[in-house]
Amino acid sequence: MLDTVVIPLLKILILLNGVLIAVTYMVLLERKVIAWVQVRLGPMRVGPYGILQPIADAVKLMVKEDITPTRADKWVFTAAPIIVIVPALIVFAVIPFGDQVDLFGRTVSLYVTDINVGLLYIVSVASIGVYGIILGGWASNSKYPLLASLRASAQLISYEVAVTMTLVSLIVVAGSLSMVQIVRAQQDAHVWFVFLQPVAFVLYFIGGLAETNRAPFDLPEAEQELTGGFHTEYSGMRFALFFLAEYANMIVVSAVATTLFWGGWLRPFPSIQVAPLAWLGLVPGWIWFLAKTFVFLYVFLWVRATLPRYRYDQLMRLGWKVLIPLAIANLIVTGFVKVLL
Amino acid sequence: MAEAIAFYALSVLILGFAILVVSTRNTVHSVLFLVLNFLCVAALYVTLGAEFLAVIQVLVYAGGIVVLYLFVVMLVNLKRPPETHQDPRRQTLTGFVLAGLVLGELVAIAVYSALPPTPTGGVASVQGGNVERVGYALYVDYLIPFEVASMLLLVAMIGAIVLAKKEL
Repeated sequence: MLDTVVIPLLKILILLNGVLIAVTYMVLLERKVIAWVQVRLGPMRVGPYGILQPIADAVKLMVKEDITPTRADKWVFTAAPIIVIVPALIVFAVIPFGDQVDLFGRTVSLYVTDINVGLLYIVSVASIGVYGIILGGWASNSKYPLLASLRASAQLISYEVAVTMTLVSLIVVAGSLSMVQIVRAQQDAHVWFVFLQPVAFVLYFIGGLAETNRAPFDLPEAEQELTGGFHTEYSGMRFALFFLAEYANMIVVSAVATTLFWGGWLRPFPSIQVAPLAWLGLVPGWIWFLAKTFVFLYVFLWVRATLPRYRYDQLMRLGWKVLIPLAIANLIVTGFVKVLL
Repeated sequence: MAEAIAFYALSVLILGFAILVVSTRNTVHSVLFLVLNFLCVAALYVTLGAEFLAVIQVLVYAGGIVVLYLFVVMLVNLKRPPETHQDPRRQTLTGFVLAGLVLGELVAIAVYSALPPTPTGGVASVQGGNVERVGYALYVDYLIPFEVASMLLLVAMIGAIVLAKKEL
């Protein structure tokens, strides 16, 4: 009872709250980082250095009037934000934040579950989230959201092919689809997989930027040309759900990049046991994991503050003519090396 | 017991969504019911212990192919209500013949599956999980049919490009 029901429920509770708090503070961090890049201060009024800004934002969004346009398709309009947020949250179930730890005399694993098709589960559940964006734009019965959702579907389908192809070559190296086993494989190989698959990592990260609709691939929500994007007609908490999902997806992409390529919860130099590196082992695994994930989240914000948006034809050309051929070439080379060695 | 409840509940959902797919007037709603149908089929695979197949079902059908359907439905934007639309080139007889063929195929499968299974050496000898077994079945036991199927898809793809593009 305790092991099968209570502990998993507690883990889910902690994880969901942790993710949602992380998401709200990601918004603040984004505003701060972009402000610093542009030599501004960013939010400063609510609390010291603006650290209470997310709470003020959340209260504002919750008390705002919730409007459904008259000619909108009510059911689909209501369902769309839910379809976006649910996949974004349930993929966290298979992300390993750390190995097993002893807590109050029990051995507890720092992941909700470990299924033997974990990586495919993440890819496939994430692909469901696209529907929310497409349907939200369509159900609004308004032309700019519809244009945005057509862009979104074309973009997400194109980049999903590239990302999935890229992950295949990583799976060939790791020999498993389970997230926990992939991290263990890196321990056994004595090296983080980014050093064996650097091309795959770069392709995955570019694809991740596109799949989360982040700059420079944020065409579905290009404010200047679409008056906002697929969520133009949404207000209040339903509007907020789209953004919660976007930031949760950023965390997923960063956490998956950490797990697959940067050793997950492993410390740097995971198998070298010499005295000067001993202090690295004192830091618990989950702190390594969160620190690495944070680096990628920061890169997301850094990229947004630095790069201008792609034009639509450039976006499609990059996806189909650069990323997919590179992913296939990488897979072929990986296969040859794996067979020959 | 729990398995039986899950099976019958999922079957009711699958059939119900399938009926809604063909009976809903709004094309976009109909596509959405198709997604729900595919997700329930994936859940059915999970109850059968075929996690790999379930995940692939979600990834390929629910997450990939139906998004393309939705894309096309939105681009075409059917303004006319379906009941006023009567295709003059509608071929009722061909439709019935094809439906009869599919029915015959289903009956043949049902009869064949009722026979005691012939043991296949390859799949049973493979150790490991779902992924390894499916991989072994596809690339060792049934390699030729698999390659033929992929060739068929390639031919269809090239045909579609040739038909769509006038000057190459």
